[in-house]
Amino acid sequence: MESIRDRVAIIGMGTTKVGERWEAGHEDLLFEACSEALADAKIEPRDIDAGYVGGVSATQTLNRVLKLDYIPVSGMENACSTGADVFRNAAFAVASGMYDIVIAAAAGKQKDAGTTGIDMAGDPSTVGMEAMVHNGSVPRHFGLYATRYMHHYGYTFEQLKYTLARIAVKNHHNGTLNPKAHFQKEITMEDAINAPFIAWPLGLYDCCANIDGGACAILARPEVARRIRDDYVLVKGIGLSSGWREGRMSQKYNFTMFPENVAAAEQAYGQAGIKDPVAELSHVQLHDAFTVNELVDYEDVGIAPRGKAPHLVKEGYFEMDGKIPVNTDGGLKCTGHPVPATGLKQLNESYHQVQGTAGPRQVKNVRYSLAHSQGGLTGSFSSLVTILGPRD
Amino acid sequence: MNGKVAIVGMGCSVAGVRSQCSQEDLLVEAGVAAIDAAGITSADIEASWFGCTSVSANHALLNFSLKLGYTAMTKVSNAGATGADALRAAYVAVASGAYDIVLAAGVEKPTDGGYSDFAEGDPLSMGSSAVGADAVVGEFRPPVHSALYLTRYANAFAVPPERLRSALTKLVTRSRRAGARNPKAGFRTPVREDEVTSSPLSVAPLTVLDCSQALDGAAAAIVCSVATAKRLRRRYIVVEGLGVASGGLEGRVKQSYDYTSIPETRIAAERAYAMAGITDPAQEIGHAQIFDLTTAAELLAYEDLGLAPRGKAVEAVLNGDFEPEGRIPTNTDGGLLSNGYQAGAAGLRQLYEAYLQLTDRAGERQIPDLRRSVVHTVGGAVGSFTALVQVVGRPQ
Amino acid sequence: MAGITEFGAYVPIHRLGPGTEGWTATAERAVANFDEDSITMAVAAVGDCLKGMDRTAIDGLYLASTTVPYEEKQGSTLVAVASDLSDNIFTSDVGHSLRSGTLALTMALDAASSGRVRNCVVVASDSRLGPPGSAFEKTSGDGAAAIVVGSGGELAVLEATVSVSNEIMDVWRPSGDTTVRSWEERFVQQEGYLDSVQKVVEQLAKKTGRTLDSFDRIVLFAPDARRHAEAVKLLGIARPKLQDPLFDRLGNTGAAFALMQLVAALEQASPGESILVINYGDGADALVFRTTAALAERRRDRNRGMRGHLESKLTIPAYSEYLRWRGLLSEDSGVRRPNLSGPSAAALHREQDQVLRFYAVRCHQCGTVMYPPQRICVDCRARDQFDSVRLVGEPAKLFTYSMDYIAGTVDVPLVLTIVDWENGARAVLMMTDRDTERIAVEMPVEVTFRLARSGGGIKNYYWKAAPLRELFVAEPAGV
Repeated sequence: MESIRDRVAIIGMGTTKVGERWEAGHEDLLFEACSEALADAKIEPRDIDAGYVGGVSATQTLNRVLKLDYIPVSGMENACSTGADVFRNAAFAVASGMYDIVIAAAAGKQKDAGTTGIDMAGDPSTVGMEAMVHNGSVPRHFGLYATRYMHHYGYTFEQLKYTLARIAVKNHHNGTLNPKAHFQKEITMEDAINAPFIAWPLGLYDCCANIDGGACAILARPEVARRIRDDYVLVKGIGLSSGWREGRMSQKYNFTMFPENVAAAEQAYGQAGIKDPVAELSHVQLHDAFTVNELVDYEDVGIAPRGKAPHLVKEGYFEMDGKIPVNTDGGLKCTGHPVPATGLKQLNESYHQVQGTAGPRQVKNVRYSLAHSQGGLTGSFSSLVTILGPRD
Repeated sequence: MNGKVAIVGMGCSVAGVRSQCSQEDLLVEAGVAAIDAAGITSADIEASWFGCTSVSANHALLNFSLKLGYTAMTKVSNAGATGADALRAAYVAVASGAYDIVLAAGVEKPTDGGYSDFAEGDPLSMGSSAVGADAVVGEFRPPVHSALYLTRYANAFAVPPERLRSALTKLVTRSRRAGARNPKAGFRTPVREDEVTSSPLSVAPLTVLDCSQALDGAAAAIVCSVATAKRLRRRYIVVEGLGVASGGLEGRVKQSYDYTSIPETRIAAERAYAMAGITDPAQEIGHAQIFDLTTAAELLAYEDLGLAPRGKAVEAVLNGDFEPEGRIPTNTDGGLLSNGYQAGAAGLRQLYEAYLQLTDRAGERQIPDLRRSVVHTVGGAVGSFTALVQVVGRPQ
Repeated sequence: MAGITEFGAYVPIHRLGPGTEGWTATAERAVANFDEDSITMAVAAVGDCLKGMDRTAIDGLYLASTTVPYEEKQGSTLVAVASDLSDNIFTSDVGHSLRSGTLALTMALDAASSGRVRNCVVVASDSRLGPPGSAFEKTSGDGAAAIVVGSGGELAVLEATVSVSNEIMDVWRPSGDTTVRSWEERFVQQEGYLDSVQKVVEQLAKKTGRTLDSFDRIVLFAPDARRHAEAVKLLGIARPKLQDPLFDRLGNTGAAFALMQLVAALEQASPGESILVINYGDGADALVFRTTAALAERRRDRNRGMRGHLESKLTIPAYSEYLRWRGLLSEDSGVRRPNLSGPSAAALHREQDQVLRFYAVRCHQCGTVMYPPQRICVDCRARDQFDSVRLVGEPAKLFTYSMDYIAGTVDVPLVLTIVDWENGARAVLMMTDRDTERIAVEMPVEVTFRLARSGGGIKNYYWKAAPLRELFVAEPAGV
């Protein structure tokens, strides 16, 4: 095995404005995101050798939208971490030497499904427990973790709600600094704590919204990137770990952590050569589909000790001026969750932070940035941890 | 990538209406066989790519079925080419050096939907956002797409209907004979010529027997570097060429698109042959596995893959070029006509026959002195496809 | 002669009663939850009856009900499988009459006496619907009773049966209708109920020479308390001999009513008692049982029975909630997209063991128990080396939970749980029959068979978690 470190460069990225994009279809969103990435990379569609897209039935859409002439396009899916996995597969394609420039793109048109919040539909061939798991809303799956986390570490309900509210308030504040965010308003602790329950113990402000949006990354081998721009960003490590429904079957699974996150972070740190995440990471993007995820993720990626994240949250450790700013773009909380594109959207913030182009959200002296994505339901997820860093 | 990636073990389920089996059961049937053939354990697998078009088969299904622990898994979705695209992702990852031993697997369980043809709930449909032209295309059954090409092809090359019919019939009888000799085929009864011509029309001029049916099945491959394959001391095959091309719906918008050929297949084949160093495919390839969703699709593919001269596919077929004892034995496992259509597994199942042939395990179907096979898979719908062409061969 | 060898019952936990806002009747009624029907209640009653018994010995099952889910297709096969009975059994649905409970019991006793079956379960279960606000709604209840019939070890033996039939449109429900209709009240009472019970008592005297004062206990079906009182007066039954008809706590449970009262009578009876059961519906049945010495040996706490089920309850806060359960009050905002098609018949059939029987597997190699059944062990990775283990009735507790307020289901909040069994198995389940104020991590739970998402004309059933029923015992036992 050969580490991916420094073998793949990002030469351009783009995202759409996220939101209720009634005026835009799936193709429009894809076009908007890809156009911004192409402009950022200052290349033309004809320079692209291969494409990776997220979601079902989207492979030919990419070529249609960008008028790419019969380039190879693969379709990838990995639940809510689809965008990040599309990026990973594109990175492998670059590293394999088969292609010089590869595009990774995805768009989510969630609002065409006629639902608000996060909703799922069933499939007739699943019956019994799986059908039950897949029917109904998503937040209840994460309420399971909040309940057990509280019980396991002996936090009171009030302490839990306070901690989750602090995370929501932080992300809302960060969202006000992001012109592409869906929500751009501050909320108060009272707003968050007293919000109606969505999936007890989670309330309204603990949950992100499924909305429309797209994102795109253009990757190249560093020697190609060098010819295109000076401030390209390097991939330092990518880890992916997928669950096997352990949490639904095995009593060994404890519902206070996500083992997939831990395994993915370990792989990525290993490739990037990061020994002490707290000391070496300057910025982190965590998949806060629900505030409780962000809470548990702090511990899973090793930037908070087990069971202690609530204390760090209270100190403001993860705020814009804290030790490790997390979700500087407002997180999924404010930038929403255009499902197939979300992973790329996470990477977009890390890319700009490393590049120093994050505008009012710019964290000082960023070296390594971590972008995390997580998809799945109760007891089984796919987690990706990608570390980006500057060119040397 | 040429010559760097190997397939060191494969497994394939019996195709059919497997009512007693779930997707998990089929994956275990194929996956365990692949793992055993490679002489590894499930703990040796570092990452996997999983092909399946069912929305319920979420990312965890493969890891869950085979208990692969917390390894990396990606679900691949590329319509009819889904299984082949899973293979491609595995090849690319191994070629990049990111992993040493990976798994590509696919499954499809269409009969749980209660249909055996492709009526509603078609895996090719465009989803809830489809309106207008996309919605119309999504409602067509797959044979409709290939019939459009066949009509134009016959017109362009002035093929008389009887002659065209004879060629298509010959493909059906050949594939069903091959299926009868394949213990894993879904249809294991040969059909006579008159049965083909007298069977009900599906999409004119194609009869029901010209079209494959949706059947349940799974297939799996262990992919690794050639160096690792040597170390494992098992019979393996080598990926010599890989070509992929995706359309951009040209056939639905451009008048220059001629409907006598699938450009994606042609371009993918060119790329694969270039990588494999093949200049004359008709001479250098000894066996072909062609995506025969219908006999019409197979007929056109001979030309696009360079196995028959332009406009001469009918003649080549009638000449017996693609019979077991012909110039390039094709679909020796019975093809999709005998094995059914399983989007998630199709490309893998097709490769399985090449793997058996090139490791001398094809039994009574064995082609003597075979050195190289081409495997062709297509997904998509009228005017826009993704084609994958793989050239696989014996180790040097 | 064959007799009753075991018995059990099921009463839903929910009550409409004085504590229910908008409910005008004074009496309490037991009503099925939104996810219960005659099938699920029958499964619960059979489970109660067969608790701790060898189910492989059962070779017949009769399901008596006027409310089975399908016009064509048996309910008894579904009940048999969900009750984990063998496939090699005789199954039959007996329906179309309020008398179907005693008819099924009679047929089963005949079959056992003839030797055609050895151990046959008779289960009567009903959940009839009346128009909202009707008198019928105020007096009817939902529930089920299960009785095992066989030879050897009888707790009560059958001494006589008499039937009369009466062709009359007094109470009926045309095919396709959901609610029960009836003719004018005095006609129904005079020409229907009173006439038939009087005739069957006369026939009983003629055939056996026995008069009502010769019985120790009398179970008398009646549509409601007032008509029950009229019949008692007409027949001259002495009050102390009358089995409590439970109109104040249960309501008329239709085809299940007479057998539920019989089960209650057997729970209270001493050895050597003579019990008369009079049932009504398109005529009347009279069954005479005599309890045996074996009844004294039967442990009353071996199952919940009528007593255990009646003393645990949850009052429905508002009548409108009940109407929502029955689909009589739609609160559907209409903005959600419609559900997809129903479950796959092929998948349901294939996965019967895990979905209906609720089997987990235990690994031969390492002993780990896992649900759903696996091909490869979650722990030691052994392939295809498993035994089946049924999780129903096994001790379990709640590992963690959440409460979904936007699920779009009838029971908001929808409670999602992770359940851990003492034997090592784990499952993700929805929770039903719960009081959201009283859910806690580590609380003991049980599983119960319920209706799940349905569609495409297929009723889909699955198991849910519920707090142990005893959590809801309002008063100490024995009141």
